[in-house]
Amino acid sequence: MRAVLRWTALIVAAVVFLVPFYLLLRNGLASRSEITAPGWTLFPSELHWENFSKLFSQEDVPFARSLLNSVIVAVLQTVGLLVVCSLAGYGLARIPYRHSKAVLYAVIATLMIPTSVTFVPSFVVVSTLGWLSDFRGLVIPGLFSAFSVFLFRQYFLDFPRELEEAGRIDGLTRWGVFRRIVVPNSRPFFAAIAVITVIGSWNAFLWPLIIAQSPDSWTVQVALSGLLTAQNPQLNLLFLAAAVSILPIVLLFAFLQRYLVRGVTESGLKG
Amino acid sequence: MTLSRKTRDTLSFWGFVGPFLIGLAVFAYLPIGWSVYLSFFDARNTVTPSVFVGLDNYAHMLTDGPFVSSLGTFSVFALFIVPLTFVLSLALAVGVHQLKFARAFFRSVFFLPFACSYVVASLIWKTSLFSGVRYGLMNTVLGLFGVDPIAWTGTVHPPLYWIVLVTARLWLQLGFYMILFLAALQRIPQHLYEAAWLDGAKPGWPVFRHITLPQLRATSVAVLLLNLINAYQAFDEFYNIMGDARGYPPFARPPLVYLYYTSLGSGGQDLGRGSAGAVILALIIAVVTLLQGKLFRFGGSEA
Repeated sequence: MRAVLRWTALIVAAVVFLVPFYLLLRNGLASRSEITAPGWTLFPSELHWENFSKLFSQEDVPFARSLLNSVIVAVLQTVGLLVVCSLAGYGLARIPYRHSKAVLYAVIATLMIPTSVTFVPSFVVVSTLGWLSDFRGLVIPGLFSAFSVFLFRQYFLDFPRELEEAGRIDGLTRWGVFRRIVVPNSRPFFAAIAVITVIGSWNAFLWPLIIAQSPDSWTVQVALSGLLTAQNPQLNLLFLAAAVSILPIVLLFAFLQRYLVRGVTESGLKG
Repeated sequence: MTLSRKTRDTLSFWGFVGPFLIGLAVFAYLPIGWSVYLSFFDARNTVTPSVFVGLDNYAHMLTDGPFVSSLGTFSVFALFIVPLTFVLSLALAVGVHQLKFARAFFRSVFFLPFACSYVVASLIWKTSLFSGVRYGLMNTVLGLFGVDPIAWTGTVHPPLYWIVLVTARLWLQLGFYMILFLAALQRIPQHLYEAAWLDGAKPGWPVFRHITLPQLRATSVAVLLLNLINAYQAFDEFYNIMGDARGYPPFARPPLVYLYYTSLGSGGQDLGRGSAGAVILALIIAVVTLLQGKLFRFGGSEA
């Protein structure tokens, strides 16, 4: 009896969780009039695949361009963050230096102030640098994640020292040890941080909304938001655009869920 | 030329950590410092103000209706979202954890919304699920029971828009917190349950209450704090669900939305007051974080 109740509850919950995805597909492949028609149909009478070509040929919204921008930003930000933050994490974990503790505290102190709260002066800094509507403004401020440095440091503290010492005996420099021994043996951890960073970058909204002011620099989230808050949006194209926008991340889920779960667990429980 | 080992280490340290520190200085310390600086000046439409006004901006923000009410809006939001997220994500985790088969399937389904952005969720919630017109899904379902269409986001008495805002965030984040609880559940040593069973403890609520919950303490603290800090910074779904081509309504403004419109809105950019607001918000978060005593323990160990 208990088992029946539990299964029923789980199945109902799963259906509820999937309803929004169903709405994305249903509305994305409907005609404009069908969405607003009275009487709910489970699926449109015919699927309007031509919505795809309509979506990508809209004059006033550069949707294809916004997807490309999001890909560029996510890739640059993730690669850059991995390089900058893993180096800093390793330095703080392993390299003896008199003021290492003080530096660590300076990094940790910034964790208490979420970046989103200081978006106004950050915007001022970026506009002073002349990086508005520019990939530099979208990517670079996001590379210096104190939180990622903290996670990397925790990870490297537990890295087996014997491996590093073997490398030192073979005459490798610190940089050589890091590049040839530490990084190749830490691939799953790097993958976990990478997946989390990609999703965060792809789904970010407040920062690109402020920075990407010209339509040709919009990321996909800004483009979607622009469509959504406009007068009389074309709902079917809007839903199709949203469905297309989640596709890359859904694929990450399908193939890299192991790393994603590890990334979430690391960042959630250490953070 | 040979350098001493110590000098070489110092140089490597700066080589490894330096690039990050430069970035941190420019994109974290500088904005924070600038924020504090601007907050003492009259800085309307300028970032290099000249008129020092002392604590006027702070006084204005703290006695000013909209900013204080934005803190009130956040409190209402937190009152809904924090307990609901906690209970529901824990329930999902326990349900999935107990499954003998199809565990991966259910875990994936509950986690999948995490792939969606707040913008995408806002779009679904606003224009389809909770659309105020007759063809919205909720209104269609209620229509079966003879209920007239409800204007979900536009109804202030009672404030029905909270249903829209809270359910959107729940759908997006429950899976994330479920994953945290699942990881913690998997780390509970089995022998505790065996000992309880030998002691004649009934499986079900007593065991859950006296063994599982205490073992989840550290995770629970992490979940509550993360959830609270994230809710405090809510912006995306409010902006996209409540805002439209005409702007943003005078209600349902959480702190970041208010700061956004004060500092960067079209109606004059008041960076001094915006910065004062940002400093106040940052202080509140810092105090909450410190109170949790997590600064140097970061969730502690679950063992």
